Amino acid sequence: MTRRALSAALAALLLLALALPAHAAGLVRAGAVADEHHITLELAGSLAAGWDWPGNVSVTERESPDIPLTVTGVEISPDRTELTLAVAEPVAEQGAYRVALRHVEIGGVGSEIERFLVRKGVLATLLSIVISAALIQNFVFSRYLGLCIFFGASGRKETAVGMGFSFGLVMTLSAAFVWAMYNFVLRPLHLEFLQVLTFVGIIAIFVQLLDTVLRKVNPFLFKKLGVYLVLITTNCIILAVPLILVGNAYDLWESLALAIGSAAGFALALFLMACVRERLELADVPEVFRGLPIAFLAAGLFALAFLGFSGMSF
Amino acid sequence: MSNERSYTLLERLGNGLVKENPIFKLALSMCPAVAMTNSVRNGFLLGLAVLFVQVASNVTVSILRRGIHERIRIPAYIIIIATWVSVSDMGLAAYAPGFYKEIALYVKLIVVFAIIISRLEVFASRNPILPSLYDGLGMGLGFMFGLMLVGCFREFLGAGTLWGFEILPFKPFFFWSLPPAGFFAIGLIMALFIWLERKFNAWRAKR
Repeated sequence: MTRRALSAALAALLLLALALPAHAAGLVRAGAVADEHHITLELAGSLAAGWDWPGNVSVTERESPDIPLTVTGVEISPDRTELTLAVAEPVAEQGAYRVALRHVEIGGVGSEIERFLVRKGVLATLLSIVISAALIQNFVFSRYLGLCIFFGASGRKETAVGMGFSFGLVMTLSAAFVWAMYNFVLRPLHLEFLQVLTFVGIIAIFVQLLDTVLRKVNPFLFKKLGVYLVLITTNCIILAVPLILVGNAYDLWESLALAIGSAAGFALALFLMACVRERLELADVPEVFRGLPIAFLAAGLFALAFLGFSGMSF
Repeated sequence: MSNERSYTLLERLGNGLVKENPIFKLALSMCPAVAMTNSVRNGFLLGLAVLFVQVASNVTVSILRRGIHERIRIPAYIIIIATWVSVSDMGLAAYAPGFYKEIALYVKLIVVFAIIISRLEVFASRNPILPSLYDGLGMGLGFMFGLMLVGCFREFLGAGTLWGFEILPFKPFFFWSLPPAGFFAIGLIMALFIWLERKFNAWRAKR
């Protein structure tokens, strides 16, 4: 049993490794967003003379590949190994931008079209996604999603921890599945309009699957989590995360980071709220406010506190 | 069912608007009620989308209720809801693009709103088409009413306007325009509902 599980885990890891963004051995070695209107590109060799930028450079945001940003100028460094693109629209350090250079010859190698994705380093991007999903854009206190479960399962600390854990499990697994489904099936077939239908289906199937597998493999864990598993299907966050990761055109690792971050944020919110509500039971609350109304007011105070994160960025 | 006759349009509307108001009484699907209610207009339009989905899926489930097997009813309901949500999603994107940009995520999330699936489970799967239609109307209108009530409260106090029209020349209490104020507004209105119900019951008991 354990050996089979181990090999399954290994196979999954191998799949993940395959999906790692391959380091392109292209003609552009590195790129970065220099400031609000400039992107710098470091070339692998020196740029051949005679290349001029008008009509040969295009920049798009990764999320919307059909809308080009306006390139207003390209500056070539004296040793011809660095390009600085001036862009009319503001670009952000956190964003990801596709740059395409046409008809270039760099270090003696010519290329009809040379594409490069400008963004921060992989680890920095992943970390910023996790922190942003967990704290800055906390799904419960800043995006106001998943409230039904949030108020339903935050009565006791024990329930809150169980719910947070099973939610994280389903969230991470289904995010990976949804990502694969969207990028390998829906997009190639131009069936994007079916996304809501397929995502909900995938989540429902996944919850059912986990329910069945846990029941067989680990009855102890199933006893602890079984109740929450069913509830997860009706949680807004579990559908919001796939929609967001598709909307932002995240790659697999970024999707997993978003899933883990949002699950951590949800678990944190549940736990904080459970602590408060256990105290509230002992407090002398006016009669009409007992139960849900006072829980809402407490959640409002938490949301105000989380508003303090809103100015931060990584 | 023996009491089928008692489900008239008026009775169902009253039930959805007051007696079992989805937001203040059942406390279901509160995500949009907190997030999308800083103006009356947003509340109204999202409420309209929910009303459409609720009525359409209520009727669909009611028509198909003898064909859906007990064991697979939840996936079947979800597929029906998701279909109607896709319809309203595409419709809104085509006819109200400016507004759609603001609430796109929430329109898609109607699929997982607990109120819709719970009405299918509790009511539409056991009743004929006409009562189910009325029930969908009542619940949808109740939801819309809840969203708009919170929206009125917050927009008036926060910005001094209603539906974008200026009522007061100043902003009385800017706090209510902040997103977290949605929690406070719902908490207070919920308490008000409970208080009113108690007063009403006490008054009726006295008579």
